[in-house]
Amino acid sequence: MTASSSSVSPLKSGGAAALLDRAGMLLILALLVIVCSFTVPNFASPNNAESVLLQVSTVGIVATTMLFCLASGNFDLSVGTLIPAGGVLCALVLKDTGNLVLAISAALGFGAFVGLINGVVVAKCKINPLITTLSTMMMVKGVAFVFADGKSIGIANDAVLNLANAAFPVFHNERGGVLFQITAPVWICFALFFLFGFLLNRTIFGRNTLAIGGNEEAARLAGIPVDRVKITIFVLQGAIAALAGVLLASRMGIGDPKTAQGIELSIISACVLGGVSLTGGVGRMSYVIAGVFIMGIVENAMNLLSIDSFYQYIVRGAILLSAVLFDRFRTRR
Amino acid sequence: MSTAAQPYLVFDDITKTYPGVKALRGVSFGVEEGTVHALMGENGAGKSTLLKALSGAHQPTTGCLRIGGIEHVFASTSAAMAAGVAVIYQELHLVPEMTVAENIYLGHLPQHGGIVDRTRLNELAAIQLRRLGEDIDPATKLARLPIGQRQMVEIAKALTRGAKVIAFDEPTSSLSAREIEKLFTVIRDLRREGCAILYVTHRMEEVFRLCDACTVLRDGAHVRTHPSLQTITPDVLVKDMVGRDIADVYGYQPRSHGSVALQVSGLTGPGVLAPASFSIARGEILGLFGLVGAGRTELLKLLFGATPATAGSIRVHDAPVTVRSPADAIRAGVVYCTEDRKKEGIVPIRSVMENCNLSARRRHVSLGGVIDDRWERENARAQTTALAVKTPSLDQLIKHLSGGNQQKVILGRWLSEDVNVLMLDEPTRGIDVGAKSEIYKLMFKLAAEGMAVLVVSSDLPEVLGLADRVLVMRQGRLAAEFSRADAAPERVLAAALPIDTAAA
Repeated sequence: MTASSSSVSPLKSGGAAALLDRAGMLLILALLVIVCSFTVPNFASPNNAESVLLQVSTVGIVATTMLFCLASGNFDLSVGTLIPAGGVLCALVLKDTGNLVLAISAALGFGAFVGLINGVVVAKCKINPLITTLSTMMMVKGVAFVFADGKSIGIANDAVLNLANAAFPVFHNERGGVLFQITAPVWICFALFFLFGFLLNRTIFGRNTLAIGGNEEAARLAGIPVDRVKITIFVLQGAIAALAGVLLASRMGIGDPKTAQGIELSIISACVLGGVSLTGGVGRMSYVIAGVFIMGIVENAMNLLSIDSFYQYIVRGAILLSAVLFDRFRTRR
Repeated sequence: MSTAAQPYLVFDDITKTYPGVKALRGVSFGVEEGTVHALMGENGAGKSTLLKALSGAHQPTTGCLRIGGIEHVFASTSAAMAAGVAVIYQELHLVPEMTVAENIYLGHLPQHGGIVDRTRLNELAAIQLRRLGEDIDPATKLARLPIGQRQMVEIAKALTRGAKVIAFDEPTSSLSAREIEKLFTVIRDLRREGCAILYVTHRMEEVFRLCDACTVLRDGAHVRTHPSLQTITPDVLVKDMVGRDIADVYGYQPRSHGSVALQVSGLTGPGVLAPASFSIARGEILGLFGLVGAGRTELLKLLFGATPATAGSIRVHDAPVTVRSPADAIRAGVVYCTEDRKKEGIVPIRSVMENCNLSARRRHVSLGGVIDDRWERENARAQTTALAVKTPSLDQLIKHLSGGNQQKVILGRWLSEDVNVLMLDEPTRGIDVGAKSEIYKLMFKLAAEGMAVLVVSSDLPEVLGLADRVLVMRQGRLAAEFSRADAAPERVLAAALPIDTAAA
């Protein structure tokens, strides 16, 4: 469905160059997969594919709404602590009530509430989003620790554990073990890629988001309800981050306030790596998908090659920096 | 050819090609020392590209500059500065949060071992400013100066770097009449000191008042250089620019007016100090004239809900309307084309289609806010065709269009709505002659179809040429009203001039 709007986007001139320009990062992703398949042992196995997909799903889920945030010229750090907080809250409510729906609603509601605070402060009080979400990030971290009393909370409920482990399709090997499966978090991630990609390209909400990022004052004077759009974006962002936290907790079987440290930067880097502009106005879901997978695959390949995690940080930083430099070089010309 | 016979600044066969566009095609002319040389042409004629080659912002594809006989192709703006070239753009390149003196000496502040010598800095800056006849305290924050004085700071900055070639890019577009006089005095002084001055403008009157010679560009090509302006008339230059005669720029014809379209009573708010009351009829063009800062834009912004009004009421087609936001105004069919296209009009990094549909698309959605993409394309095509927008495609980013075409896209944005009252704020600023006359024609056509048009302009002949009736604003107040028959230029201008500046 998104094809109809994206097929008309490139300029009529310069076929190959325009294609490279649009598909640039997706091509690099394809190249990366091919190179890793040949050079990294065990990379091209069904088992590894499964774990790459699962690994990127958390970052991928939150990156869908982060795309909206960045495209509107905003920024959200608070997702970094909303993910563990969502997990903790879900585990807690579950422990006390045993009610799955209530537990998930509580987590999502809390995320949306934090997003609402972010949105109102940024849109109505005109406070810089970096500062606003840095503050709420710290507060949410505190809240998660207070709720959990500093400990991680075990989840004994089968329904929740099934939430993350439900899989379709499942392929078995000849000995009856699982060869390859796509689990629920991965499906949810894909569904959100599609949903938010569609929202961005085809709906008033998405287009207004891009217009606000492109020129907020012009958008306001064209009658676009700028504040409402911004608040909506932050609320969605908060709820989706909490959802990612619930899925992560159910996968690990615990709500842990110390998990996912620094993930907000991985999410933002993945978006930027894919080509989403930090100044707003430019962004596509394909950029985000490419960025999320490039990051995930590089990480996975380094793990398979047993590269020390200390070095992994250096490599990841270097990749991000070169992607941004490459992009600047490309748009300058 | 000996270098002595050459003008001080020579553009030698300059060509600039962007992908798919030939912006300059072999432009050659010279600017003599001690002269002010006008550079004219419609938007998209290549003036800005030529200035960019001069300032070192862009490099020409072929050709070069010669300054004092020495060949240059500037690799950067600092290289141009080092060669004594300064370009003063419409948008000034100054730091509002720094002091006047710091701005003037930015990049080469007087210092002792890395520590800025403030006393000396302020002394030097004061000398430079006095040279320009400005009595500004160099320690003032730049942000506190009016735009005219900021421009003087920019000129002082150029002079401290020993600029001998100075180019001005439409320097008067946001200046008041008095500031313009001051600027002209300074430019004449610079001419006397032997500077070679290139002066880009759309205002014919300024060319004949200030300039010694004139070069006209059209479609990136050099049309003609008039070494003297003594013997030629504005018509000749207009003809050079557009390649044809424009008989009557405005072509005003009386229209019959209908019922009251907009009734404003006692409107006050930021910048509008006394309650403003007036009305416009269907089919009427109401001109709103005033000096810069008189509150014209502020009044329009109150009507549009862009700034909240503190008191007053608005009726559209005799029904009361509450306007708290632009969205409210648009719903009532009151739309506003902003003065500052770049900051408040276009979304530069989005397409022509998006910019055209920015407002009206909210009404063409199915469930869940999904935009009707067929409508999107059809509406954008219909509007751009009707308004004769020159663009390679609807997907072109709007920032690549010329000012006139951008303005037409914004007009298309509003004409996609059901408009009762069209408010235009300086609709032809920075727009070439051809596009101007198209916009005038459009205004007459819309009025003839029954739209009420409210147009603000600093260009007095324009207001008088277009309007059925003229309102004059002065110091935040509606000061006078003239019918078309009574609106003699000197009377309208007299009504706009501040009465007692000391009291204001």
